[in-house]
Amino acid sequence: MQTTIRINNLTKKFGKVVALDHVNLVIEPGTFVTLLGPSGCGKTTLLRCVAGLEDPDGGEIIIGNTLVFSYEKGISLPSSKRDLGLVFQNYALWPHMKVDKNITFALEVQKMPKDEMETRVKESLKEVQMEGYEDRYPREMSGGQQQRIALARMLAYRPKVFLMDEPLSNLDARLRMDMRTELKRLHHISGATTIYVTHDQVEALTMSTNIAIMKEGVVQQFDTPDKVYHFPANLFVADFIGNPKVNLLEGAISGKNTVDLGTFKIAVDTRNAASRVVVGIRPEDIVVSERPEQGAVEFIAYSVLPSGADSTIVARLGETELTIRVMGISKIKMDEKIWLTFDPKTLNLYDKESGNLIIS
Amino acid sequence: MAVPATVPLPLSQRLLASSRRFFHWLTKPHVVLALIMLVLMFYMVIIPLYKLVETTVTWQMSDLSRVPDAQEGGFTLFHWIRMLTGVFGRIYTLTPLTHSMTIAIGTVLLSLFIGGSLAWLVVRTDMPGRKLVNQLAVLPYIMPSWTLAQAWLVLFKNRTVGGAPGMFEAIIGVSPPDWLSYGPVPIIICCALHYYTFFFLFVSAALMSIDSNLEEAGELMGASRWRILRKITLPLVLPALLSGFIMTFSKVMGTFGGPNILGSPVRYYVVATMIRGSLAAGDKSDAFVLAIVLILFAMVTISLNQRLVGTRRSYETIGGRGFVAMPSKLRNMKKVFFTAVIIFQLLVLVVPLSLLAYDTFLLRTGDYSFSNLTLQNWIGQKNPIYNDGEPGVLLNPRVYQTAWNSIKLALYTAFFTALLGVLLGYAIVKGRGTRLAKLVDQLAYIPYVIPGIAFGAVYIAMFARKIGPLPSLYGTFALLVVVSVAKHIPYSSRSGVSAMMQVGHELEEAAQVAGASVWQRFRRVIFPLTMSGFVSGFLLTFITTMRELSLVILLVTRDTQVLASLTMKYIEAGRDQMGNIVVLILVIITVTGNALIGRFTGGSLKKGLGM
Repeated sequence: MQTTIRINNLTKKFGKVVALDHVNLVIEPGTFVTLLGPSGCGKTTLLRCVAGLEDPDGGEIIIGNTLVFSYEKGISLPSSKRDLGLVFQNYALWPHMKVDKNITFALEVQKMPKDEMETRVKESLKEVQMEGYEDRYPREMSGGQQQRIALARMLAYRPKVFLMDEPLSNLDARLRMDMRTELKRLHHISGATTIYVTHDQVEALTMSTNIAIMKEGVVQQFDTPDKVYHFPANLFVADFIGNPKVNLLEGAISGKNTVDLGTFKIAVDTRNAASRVVVGIRPEDIVVSERPEQGAVEFIAYSVLPSGADSTIVARLGETELTIRVMGISKIKMDEKIWLTFDPKTLNLYDKESGNLIIS
Repeated sequence: MAVPATVPLPLSQRLLASSRRFFHWLTKPHVVLALIMLVLMFYMVIIPLYKLVETTVTWQMSDLSRVPDAQEGGFTLFHWIRMLTGVFGRIYTLTPLTHSMTIAIGTVLLSLFIGGSLAWLVVRTDMPGRKLVNQLAVLPYIMPSWTLAQAWLVLFKNRTVGGAPGMFEAIIGVSPPDWLSYGPVPIIICCALHYYTFFFLFVSAALMSIDSNLEEAGELMGASRWRILRKITLPLVLPALLSGFIMTFSKVMGTFGGPNILGSPVRYYVVATMIRGSLAAGDKSDAFVLAIVLILFAMVTISLNQRLVGTRRSYETIGGRGFVAMPSKLRNMKKVFFTAVIIFQLLVLVVPLSLLAYDTFLLRTGDYSFSNLTLQNWIGQKNPIYNDGEPGVLLNPRVYQTAWNSIKLALYTAFFTALLGVLLGYAIVKGRGTRLAKLVDQLAYIPYVIPGIAFGAVYIAMFARKIGPLPSLYGTFALLVVVSVAKHIPYSSRSGVSAMMQVGHELEEAAQVAGASVWQRFRRVIFPLTMSGFVSGFLLTFITTMRELSLVILLVTRDTQVLASLTMKYIEAGRDQMGNIVVLILVIITVTGNALIGRFTGGSLKKGLGM
């Protein structure tokens, strides 16, 4: 029952703009895959191509065992034949239908018997914890409630694939947190293959089995959240993922396993890197000390920004600026001297020219 | 399962694939609709326009007797040279064009004054009764445009053209001078009192959208009131003024009723009346040359306006988000202004309608004594002494036939216009960004630049005889419906697009993904959601079609007569009372219809402005 989605060489142009550039993805059955990227990166276009709402200009899409789109063969199944459900950013509930009609619409199209439809309405409303809302019009509900109904509408006809286009971006921060929990549960229970579009990295990291990070129509990295976070495949991904942002410092190889960053030297496994490199240091991987330590580099605390559970420290040494994240409320004062230690195992090395992670 | 993209497929399969892709594109609902709309618009607008031009450059049967070496159907510039040069050109083209321009410019200036002042009083002052004035100000536009012209005749008719004198002479004893009875002065006044609504609506929308803080800022800096008006208010209202100018100008250039009633009796011809005259005389090509001149004039003015305002869609109302505008205090002038406005409304609404009504009760024209009052014109039996033996209007089967024609025409037109609106809106909005949709959008705009009377002429050119598979529609009722729908296309596409934009594409896509077919999507999602737009579009078109004269005057025949053209027929036959009754009936229908719109749909005249 669980479905694989294969996307081969998918290309889509809008006039001269290339929205998707030979995208290849294999989405394993039952996984929750997030398409993540800044606006205009092609993530929504990719989703709409899978849904059958856009016609790509090249490539193939295979859902389960069905070739639903092939440019070469001139095949393009309509959305209705692709057995998928889509949740829209603005919910797209039909304003002239009550909740029950919204939910039964797809079932009526399938000519399902009436009593069975009623059971489905009840079930799906229960799944999104909205029992008793059958008689409401969409405008009589809050945004969060409308989004739950939109989910229920999709659940009711039990599609094999769930597609979600930034479903939480119109909700306030608190509701978003609640809905994330619910959505993850829902996926856990249903086991449906899910493609989820978002520009919010926290959403992507918290909910996904795999994340596809996109930029200008090209998939930059397709990996687990863990890999994406700790081993960003290139500088774009490194810079895009993580808050506060990763520290990216340019430097030159200056000997075996040493990079000269100009203001100081740092020990790192240089592998077979060329001379110009960029070192990526996650803010939380830097150890801060208030007194000199063996091998530590002396910085000045330029600004200290405590925010409860953690604090951000911006440290400077000449031209070099580093963002550091420490747990709890930091006692460090501004303009004080601090000593920073870097663990070579946590550092990533990128080729300056290509921007790619140096692996071997 | 997946075929690697690198392996090239055999040619036959590639051809099959590209034909499949083409078929897939072709069967998309918005593409299908766009193509249907293109065919429709070619049939309704483009081909007729082409035919119109073609007729003017080919020898006609009527030329054979005039020019010995003419060959019917052969190419010639004869008509153009004749109509644009020499004495003939002066009489038939230049003079009427000058007259049309005089009237158009005069009307623009007068309506600007009336509409602008009323708008300012209603929007920016604390004058009492502003709401009422706001509603009354659009009424003259709802009524047939020549209503006031008819009332003018009742009052100021003199003996120049024979027949009984008007009420003015009967009461005062002095015959009014010719310039007051006929010609440009009364035509301008009557047109302005009808068309000032454009300026009123445009300017009040613009004034409403101006934050009075802008003006207050100027005041704080010590600018004088006049300087503020000139430097701040005026530039902000300028686009609205230009839009009002263009609407009024092009409408008046093509208007027929007023100039026909108040100009033609003294041989004061405008282009519109000249076109009809030439057609009546059998000189089709001459009439068409005039129609083309009129169309070119309208096009030039409209493109000039677009150059100045900088947008093609300047006729769309300027978005009026209500700022909290501080009303100017009129203080002790309050009463003066209020009285002036009330007197004005009395003069343009109550007095003319009362005059018309009173006139309909006269047995003998021109005798205004009480002893001459009768119901003969309304409900009199057939009597050879009165009205050429026709019974009173309410007992006259021909009038009923005509009224039924009017209602049928308005219903059909309203229905098809509203339907076209939804379909055009869908094709344009869903195809947004594609060349096909752009083409549909641009073609839909064309009827806007063709004045009403010229549009009628275009349709004579097109449908006078059978062309290929297209039937000859001349003399049929269907022709009236086609021309009315065609003329409404720009407005229906505008309102259709805005209705579709409000629906948004997700709502349909949600249905698409849920498995609904095209038909189910339309029936269950798109139609229900655009219904209110459909209904208000329907009612507005109904009203405007009901009182449309310029468009149909050239196309009606004895059997397809409508109320609007019947009034002209009666007046031209010198049976003013009958004409006045018919126009009163039209006023009642349109004003009631307008009240219904406001009541049931909340739609406003603004939405259907200019139909």
